Amino acid sequence: MSSNYEDRDLGFEQYDRTMPRGPRRLQRRKICRFCIEKVDLIDFKDVKLLQGYVPERGKILPRRISGVCAAHQRMLAEAIKRARNIALLPYAAD
Amino acid sequence: MADKRTYEMVFIVDPNVADDEVMKLSEGVQKIITGQGGSITKTEMMGKRQLAYEINHKKDGTYVLLEVEGSGKEIAEVERRMRVNDQILRYMTIRVDEDRRRADKLKDRRARKAAKQPGKGKSKSAAVDFDADEDEAIAS
Repeated sequence: MSSNYEDRDLGFEQYDRTMPRGPRRLQRRKICRFCIEKVDLIDFKDVKLLQGYVPERGKILPRRISGVCAAHQRMLAEAIKRARNIALLPYAAD
Repeated sequence: MADKRTYEMVFIVDPNVADDEVMKLSEGVQKIITGQGGSITKTEMMGKRQLAYEINHKKDGTYVLLEVEGSGKEIAEVERRMRVNDQILRYMTIRVDEDRRRADKLKDRRARKAAKQPGKGKSKSAAVDFDADEDEAIAS
């Protein structure tokens, strides 16, 4: 039970900036590359671009990892789903 | 319904179908569209490429892209025919005019913002000029 609590504390620590305790991974500020490049439209035919956001398994890379902003993640997800429909990207890869 | 819409239509043709046959198929589709009152703004043969997953046990296919302008009626007709056609492995039609309009709007807004930025700089320089005048007034 005590170990359970420790786990929980560790989870909170990630959000608590005032008490940096223990080895913490250095977090770089993530920035949306689509915002920098001023992309207004993500095309589903741009397979090369989309492939960067679908790791081996074929899943859509979450925003918390890629750092893409919400608006662009929405566009990106839509484009990936369209690309999947016409077999430009896999639904699932083994 | 009367307003013009823009669609992007992609379809995948069986890899065993010859290139000129694919061309004919594409022309047939275009004829249906123009016959229904639509117009084609762009055609592109994306060529043969590997499919990300098998469709009807085929590992690759010939991609054809059309850009269509119309009411949507012709899309329904073309899709009905494609469904029946065995040579077409997959098709997808996407309405793009709304997204493009939004993208244009964003671009416009950005352009206006950029135009405003130098304006800001100008007002600043004007302020500097004003200061210079004041200095002159003091000097005299």
